[in-house]
Amino acid sequence: MKRNEWILCVTASTLLAAITLSAAERTVAGGPAGVDVKIDNFSFAPAAITVKAGTQITWTNADDIPHTVVSDDRSFKSKVLDTDEKFTLTASQPGTYSYFCSIHPKMTGKVVVE
Amino acid sequence: MPLQKNDDAVLSSHNPDGIDRRGFLKCMAWAGTGALCVLEGGVLKSYGIDNASGIQKAAKGELSFVQISDSHMGFNKPANSDVIATLKAAVQKINALPVAPEFILHTGDISHLSKPEEFDTVDQLLKSASTKDVFFVPGEHDVLEDDGKQYLERYGKNTKGAGWYSFDQKGVHLIGLVNVMNLKTGGMGSLGAAQLEWLEDDVRHLSKSTPVIVFAHMPLWNIYPEWGWGTDDSAQALSYLKRFGSVTVLNGHIHQTMQKVEGNVTFHTAASTAFPQPHPGAAASPGPMKVPAEQLRGLLGITDVTYTRKGHALALIDSTLE
Repeated sequence: MKRNEWILCVTASTLLAAITLSAAERTVAGGPAGVDVKIDNFSFAPAAITVKAGTQITWTNADDIPHTVVSDDRSFKSKVLDTDEKFTLTASQPGTYSYFCSIHPKMTGKVVVE
Repeated sequence: MPLQKNDDAVLSSHNPDGIDRRGFLKCMAWAGTGALCVLEGGVLKSYGIDNASGIQKAAKGELSFVQISDSHMGFNKPANSDVIATLKAAVQKINALPVAPEFILHTGDISHLSKPEEFDTVDQLLKSASTKDVFFVPGEHDVLEDDGKQYLERYGKNTKGAGWYSFDQKGVHLIGLVNVMNLKTGGMGSLGAAQLEWLEDDVRHLSKSTPVIVFAHMPLWNIYPEWGWGTDDSAQALSYLKRFGSVTVLNGHIHQTMQKVEGNVTFHTAASTAFPQPHPGAAASPGPMKVPAEQLRGLLGITDVTYTRKGHALALIDSTLE
C-alpha cells in the first residue's frame, strides 16, 4: 500500500470509531426517542446495543428480503418483516438478550438492558 | 432447442478419457448458458451444446425431468418486478423441451411471503405446463409465520415430518428433504435428527447400484457458510449415501447454477425463475441482484435432468429463460 493511501485508511477507520462511540453513548442514554436498529444487507446495525430499562427499541428492515427478530430464548419474536416494516419492543427486564433472524440465522444481534 | 451456441466453448466433442480440471471448469463456466455435463460411471464428461450426439444421448434418456426453483411469487422489488412473467417463461421453456419431462421438481421458495395467493398463483401457472406432476420441497420463504403448517396442508400429502418423502421412478430413487425448519442461531440449513433417522432407514433397503437423487432447498454442500449457503448436518445425510454408485444432489436457494463432483456425488444448484443473487462473497450480502433489464432472463433458468440406465449416465442441462 502506498503511504498516502495508508494515511487515508487510518483516517477513515478513526472516523468510523468515533461514529460508533457516539452511537453507543446515545443508545446507553436511551430517552424518549428510543433506539433504532437497522436491518440492512443481511445484518443488524448496530449488532449490539445497550439500553436502559424502559427504552423502546425499533428494528426496521431496509432489505428487499424479509427478516425476523427472534431472541434465542424466545422471550421476544417479531412477525416476518417485509421491506420497510418495523418491529418495536420496550426493553423492560434487565439482562442480556441474544437474538437472530429465524429465516437467515447467520444474522445475529444482542441487546443488553441495564 | 433450448441450448444456445457459445463461441467461447471449446468442448465441441466429449473427452473419452473423462475430464481434466480445465475441462471441468469450462463445463462449470458454461452452466449458466446451457451446458451439458454428463456423468458416466461416476466420471463427469462435458459436451459442447453443438454436439448432436451429446444432445441425442440426453434426449434418449430413460428418465427425464425438470427442476425449477425459487419462483418467489409475490416478490416485486427492482431485481424483478414481474416474477409471474418469468415463471411463465420457465413453463414455456419446459413445454418446448425436445423430450417432455415426466415430472417437475420445485426446490422451494415457491412463494416470497408464504401468502395463500402466492401459492395459488404458482399452482395456477404450473397448470399450463405440459407436465402435470409437480413435486415440491419447501424453502424458508414457504414456511414463514406458521412453522410450515400451510405448506404441509397444500403440498404435504404422503410426506413425513415437515414434508420429507421419497419415491421411485424408472429404477431411480428420489428423496425430497426439508432443511429450512427450526434453524439455529448462527447456523445454516438444518435437517434435524428425526429426518436423518428417516433417511437412514429409507435407503437401507436399496441396492448400491440404485441411482439416488436427493433434492432440497438449501445446498447440501457448504458453498459459502458466511452467507449461510450450506446445511449444518448435511455430512450426516451424505454418509448414508456413501455406498451408492451414483448420487445426485439438486438444490436451489442461491439463485445461480453451480456444480461440484465429489467421489460418487454430483452436487448441482438450479437458477431461480425470479431474480439472481451475487456470486459467493461478490457483494455485501446475498440479497437480490439488480441487473440491466435485458440481462435478467439470461440469469434465470430451468434445469433439465436426464438419467440413462445404460452406462448410468446422468445429464444435467441448465438453460436460461432467454
